[in-house]
Parts: sequence; C-alpha cells; structure tokens
Amino acid sequence: MEKQGNKDRRTMDPRIAGIEEGYKRTDLPAFAPGDTVRVRVRVKEGQKERVQPFEGVCIGRRGAGVNATFTLRRISGGVGVERIFPLHSPWIVGLEVVRRGDVRRAKLYYLRNRRGKRARVPERKWWLDKKQDG
Amino acid sequence: MPGLIGRKIGMTQIFDDDGKAVGVTVLEVGPCPVVQIKTAERDGYDAVQLGFGRVKEGRVRKPAAGHAARAGLDYVPRVLAEFDFEGEKVELGQELTVGMFDVGSRVNVTGTTKGRGFQGVVKRHGFGGGRGSHGGTSILRAPGSIGAGTDPSRVIKGRKMAGRMGGTRRTAMSRKIIRVDAEKNLLVVQGSVPGARNNLVMVRPGR
Repeated sequence: MEKQGNKDRRTMDPRIAGIEEGYKRTDLPAFAPGDTVRVRVRVKEGQKERVQPFEGVCIGRRGAGVNATFTLRRISGGVGVERIFPLHSPWIVGLEVVRRGDVRRAKLYYLRNRRGKRARVPERKWWLDKKQDG
Repeated sequence: MPGLIGRKIGMTQIFDDDGKAVGVTVLEVGPCPVVQIKTAERDGYDAVQLGFGRVKEGRVRKPAAGHAARAGLDYVPRVLAEFDFEGEKVELGQELTVGMFDVGSRVNVTGTTKGRGFQGVVKRHGFGGGRGSHGGTSILRAPGSIGAGTDPSRVIKGRKMAGRMGGTRRTAMSRKIIRVDAEKNLLVVQGSVPGARNNLVMVRPGR
C-alpha cells in the first residue's frame, strides 16, 4: 500500500491489468466489424469433445482487456443466427478472416433488418487499402 | 483462525480451467506487521493486532508512533485490526503476507458495503411493487399495507420500510482463491467482495 490506491476511474489499475495479461490471447489475427470470420470452437457434448466451426460476419466488437467479445452473424437455414464469443476464450481453437468487409460503422446491427442481397457487406478492395496506407 | 487486512483493488474476469469466464475480485492484502499480542492474563482475551499500510511521515501522532515502536516498527500502520489466531504462534513485529493463503482454498472477506443512501422498499428489501397498469400507477414502488388496523393499532417492530441502505459491514463468505501473488501482495478471489474500490477489507480463512 505505497500509494493510496488508484483514484483514476478511466484507466485500469495496473495490478488488474497485470492479472488480465496472463489470460489474453495474442495468437489470433486482427479483424474488424464487417469482416467474415471463421471460428473453430471447442464444444463439449457429454464426455465427448469436438471442434465446431462457425462462420459469419462480425457485426460488432465490445469490451476491453480480457473482457472483450465479438458477435458473429450468419444466415443458417433461412434463419439469422448470432453468436457472441469471448475474444480471449480458450474454447476458441482457431480463428481466421475469410473476407475483409468495407463498412462505415462499428456496429452492423442494421444487417438484422435486411435479408437477401441487401444483407451483404461489400468486400474491402485491396487498392483502397493501399491508397490509405500511402 | 488468522486473517489479514487489505483493500479492494477492483474486479475483472478470467478463464478457469474449464475455459469458463469467471468474475474475480483483486485485493491487495498485507503485508501486515504484528503490532500487539493481546493475552488473556493482561487484556482479558487473546488476540493478535495487525497493521496495514502506513501513515504519512508528517501525519504521525506520537501515541500511535509509540505503539508501533513497541513492535519494533519504524513506521505507523494506517489501519489496525485484531484477529483471533487461536493459539497460533506469532512474534511481535513479524510481517504476515498473502503467502499464508493457498490457491484453491476459501476465504471470508469482510468489508463495508457501498452506501446507497435513502432507498425505497423495492430496492432495499426486494419488494415487488405495485402493477404498472390496471390503475396501479399510484402504487408502482409503494410498500403496500404495513399492518393491520385498529387491533394492534401500531406498526409491528422490524417492519421492512424505506431507509438508509448500504454502508454496513458485510462478509462475503467462502470466496475461492484463484491466485496468490506474494511479491505484489495480491489476492485474486472468485466472486464479489463488499464495498467500492479502495475499500478496506479483512480476509479470514473460510470454508
């Protein structure tokens, strides 16, 4: 108790950050809302354990630190399915970005109100990325 | 059983062995010097007085300094608290650290809950409140009847009513220890602990 505690509400206490650090995953590729992502999740069915893939459009990310989650949305059998994954969950065996999306907002909840062709996210074109870099 | 003094740092979440996310509270616990050993012969009861933190140099009061000096301390602890060590031997001036707790065992954490001010009966006692429709708008969060009429013609003692809520001493029982960091004096405990950040807590072994 050298200092009188962390009085700043906006920043995380470094001691908490230190504990979170051990649970964070650094092996996953970066992705953003709009991207189509394929996650391989470990699922337990009774005693058996298997890996189940789930592919969908990332329609939002939230939270900071180990707390972060992301939402994937896909149309499965004509029904919209959304799954929320903790980003740092050890149940995620693998994660790959299938397709980069070109979107202008952080939360793509408007996709829920669309179906068919209008529910698509345009792909981000490589030459645009290059222009922005330069 | 022995115990230690600490303060709440805050909460976060971690993934347990099953990969489930669990909410945890991070506490800064100890190091706590033994400031005084009370005995039945001299003080009428057995207890071990522990200290935590330190008073700023300029703020030290002489009596407190003298009390601390008796234990061989060159500083004055900010907080003193007594624990029942049940005959367990400790030396005056000895420093106790979180190292005394084992990962996986359970502790009881005592602290002062967040003060919530004057609260109604719905928040304070979990009353259901009235209904929002069918003409119930005047009794939305009202307590309803507080007792019978002419006979007993008074309100029974202990009737749950609105009033000050929180700011009382509470103990969170049987919190599982997730992690012990003796170097940084950190204790990570599963679940919540009474009070806000920086709240003073007592950690005792539980089950």
